[in-house]
Amino acid sequence: MIGLPHYLTLSAILFLLAVAGIFINRRNVILLLMCIELMLLAVNFNFVAFSRFLNNLDGQIFVFFILTVAAAEAAIGLAILVVLFRSKRSIDVDDLNSMKG
Amino acid sequence: MFIQILFYVFATVLVGAAIGVITARNPVHAVMYLVLAFFNSAVLWLLLEAEFLAIVLVLVYVGAVMVLFLFVVMMLDVNVESVKSGFTRYAPLGVVVLVIIAVELAQVIWVRHMGLRGIGELTPLPADYNNTRELGLLLYTEYFYAFELAAVILLVAIVAAISLTMRRRPGLKVQNIAQQVAVRREDRVKLVKMDSEERQ
Amino acid sequence: MQQVYLTIVLAPLLAAIAAGVFGKRIGRTAAHWSTILAVGVSFGLSLYTLIGLIQGTIEPSNESVYRWATVGGMHMEVGFLVDKLTATMMATVTFVSWMVHIYTIGYMSEDPGYQRFFSYISLFTFAMLMLVMSNNFLQLFFGWEAVGVVSYLLIGFWFKRPSAIFANMKAFLVNRVGDFGFLLGIAGVVMYTGTLDYQEAFTHVPALSGQTMEIFQGSPWSVMSVICILLFIGAMGKSAQVPLHVWLPDSMEGPTPISALIHAATMVTAGIFMVARMSPMFEASETALSFILVIGATTAFFMGLLGLVQNDIKRVVAYSTLSQLGYMTVALGASAYAGAIFHLMTHAFFKALLFLAAGSVIIAMHHEQDMRKMGGLRKYLPVTYWTSLLGSLALIGTPGFSGFFSKDAIIEAVHASTLPGAGYAYAAVLGGVFVTALYSFRLFFMTFHGKERMDEHTREHLHESPLVVTIPLILLAIPSVVIGWFTVGPFLFEGFLGSAIQVFPGHDVLAEIGEHFHGPASFVQHGVMGPAFWLALAGVVTAWFLYLKRPDIPEIIASKFSGVQRLLVNKYYFDDFNEKVLAAGSRGLGRLLWRTGDEVLIDGTLVNGSARLVGWTAGVVRRVQSGYLYHYAFAMIIGLALLLGWTLLAD
Repeated sequence: MIGLPHYLTLSAILFLLAVAGIFINRRNVILLLMCIELMLLAVNFNFVAFSRFLNNLDGQIFVFFILTVAAAEAAIGLAILVVLFRSKRSIDVDDLNSMKG
Repeated sequence: MFIQILFYVFATVLVGAAIGVITARNPVHAVMYLVLAFFNSAVLWLLLEAEFLAIVLVLVYVGAVMVLFLFVVMMLDVNVESVKSGFTRYAPLGVVVLVIIAVELAQVIWVRHMGLRGIGELTPLPADYNNTRELGLLLYTEYFYAFELAAVILLVAIVAAISLTMRRRPGLKVQNIAQQVAVRREDRVKLVKMDSEERQ
Repeated sequence: MQQVYLTIVLAPLLAAIAAGVFGKRIGRTAAHWSTILAVGVSFGLSLYTLIGLIQGTIEPSNESVYRWATVGGMHMEVGFLVDKLTATMMATVTFVSWMVHIYTIGYMSEDPGYQRFFSYISLFTFAMLMLVMSNNFLQLFFGWEAVGVVSYLLIGFWFKRPSAIFANMKAFLVNRVGDFGFLLGIAGVVMYTGTLDYQEAFTHVPALSGQTMEIFQGSPWSVMSVICILLFIGAMGKSAQVPLHVWLPDSMEGPTPISALIHAATMVTAGIFMVARMSPMFEASETALSFILVIGATTAFFMGLLGLVQNDIKRVVAYSTLSQLGYMTVALGASAYAGAIFHLMTHAFFKALLFLAAGSVIIAMHHEQDMRKMGGLRKYLPVTYWTSLLGSLALIGTPGFSGFFSKDAIIEAVHASTLPGAGYAYAAVLGGVFVTALYSFRLFFMTFHGKERMDEHTREHLHESPLVVTIPLILLAIPSVVIGWFTVGPFLFEGFLGSAIQVFPGHDVLAEIGEHFHGPASFVQHGVMGPAFWLALAGVVTAWFLYLKRPDIPEIIASKFSGVQRLLVNKYYFDDFNEKVLAAGSRGLGRLLWRTGDEVLIDGTLVNGSARLVGWTAGVVRRVQSGYLYHYAFAMIIGLALLLGWTLLAD
């Protein structure tokens, strides 16, 4: 039978892959954003699994809000990216250090 | 048994898709792998009887967000090769951090069972259970305030995205309707009265 | 009656506003007419009240007019306590004030600040009336501070003179010292009785008289003594008792009408009035009474001595005022409150008269105040001459004159007192009589008799002052001479003040004297036999000998006793002590706090130091901010790993 640990393990693997993705693709902002989406997916997996196994719908409500915020984040992130690309003609992270303290 | 097979199949495809996302050389491929990952997740959520969220994931994420990603990736035309270089520099750090997190997660899930004991098998839901209806009942009562806030967040995101990306190109010829409407006769017509000139 | 009392108080205030705020618009004449009218109305109604109280047609009243605030069961009110004590003060204050108003028309006629001056003196009348008519400590304090403010404004009336500004600052600062004590005293009253109202506070006195408090660990102090001495410190500031007297001589920088009104007749007696009003409290503490007795006696004698070496005509009168205030204080200390108030009243008339006469002389001399440049003025200023002769005779206590009754009563009271320090006080007040006569007639002879020492130009223009100046002189001279004769009996011995004054049987020196009192005529007869009269006579004769007969002798004495002379000229070095020790000390303390406390500790260490610390930390932390996005991402992931690890460890 598939129990909670199965889902949690799957979610953990997804999360670890996303972290690895951030290290691998550290120079491409779009891929960084995608890795973040992957992380959020992993988190959502946990929420849905717990919600089901604990018979508590609040977890799914939380996923609902995470999806909302993630959509907003993706929209704004990509908009920033577009603006950035227009001004620098590049999205190479190494070129983006104007926030240096 | 059938469910177990389904779970393992889709979970394998999901992990494979995730690996694809992080290793793909071409960002377009990465987006496509991510779409695949979302589809598989949706199926797994269906197995967990979270039908509404599964559908939302496909409709909103795959249908809107990932299309947006694809759109941007294609529009920006990123040089793939240069982006991948310099990977080895941070590899040791990445491996160490990954191993640490992996060990920690394994500790939580498999060794310590933090808070997981006592959560037993799935209790099957009744036949007339309606996930969407239940979520709606919760969302529009207890979480109504948060729901409204989420709507505001989306609105702000729309405004922010548009205002960030909108630009005025210099030299573009457009009408200013407001100015045209607001114009009055005195601004345009000037009556000049002058004496008739003497015949030369 | 409430309307009448309100009118008495508010009429001068309205006039002050009219003359002060709208002075430019209504002009000089309207300014002086409105204020004179208002103060006249106040005086008329005060006199009506006083007569009504004496004849019994008006009952003494104690009622609150307006409740300003209630704080935790304590009421802050405006209220009037009108009994014979208050009515006497009211009538005296408004009468002298009225006279001064009229006199001012002549004295200030050429001054550009004419309306301002009238506004101030009317405002002063309002404040003083608030003070004396109050039925609670809060209003008393209001009036107390308000008269202080007006006094400050008027001493510095000629604000272009640096000396005037210095003098008013000095008066202000010295009074702050007194007011500090006064406020602490009021705080003590509130703390132990929980009320600001006089009558309610007095009912608590018997319960409090045995109580002690510990200001310093392990040394119990009697509550009543502490409160009374603190209140009296306030009175020392306002009534210029040693060592807080230093501001009064300098206050002569103000215009002469002010010296007469505020710094001789009324405001400076506020302290005397206050102590008399608080008699139920002061009676409960023999320590405080002894303290008052000694301070008063010291002031009476030693300040009189200073009058002997002054050459400025107004300063002589000022030191005389100090000395007379000392007499009043001595009377308070000896529990002869009625005597103090009686002397206050008679003194108000003759001292105002002397000041206005001095002012008249100053007008005639074209604002020359140095007596060494006067002399022989008798034939030029006949009215001023005669009135100031009467004033001086009253001041030195010539039998039959008003000053005689009050001063003799005080001396007798001190003689009868059994408090610690009474012996010293008796010696001091007797010595004071001689000194008073000496400096009074020194002033009189140097000004009106002897050689004419002024320059030619001044002599040509010498003439008697205008009617607005001489009429107040005459009007003041009448009570200066006769009021003692008519009021001594009821005032001192027949309980005129009634329940306003409370004296413990053991302290009641006036009752003791009263047993031998058989009318003013016998009092005069008795006075002629006493030592005071002969001492005064000796003073007059000495003055005559030294300053008319042999004017060279004072010089010789001065050079023979140059040490004493220097001590007196330098006013016992009080000013130098204040300047060099207290003022310099506090300036030094201020500079120390400024340099080390403010500049080094607060500015250097706390303000700039913390800013520098932030700057240094930021300089270090700045390096963490590489600006590379993935650094932040890594940091977050590593943080996540650490957080997870911590959770595991904590489990």
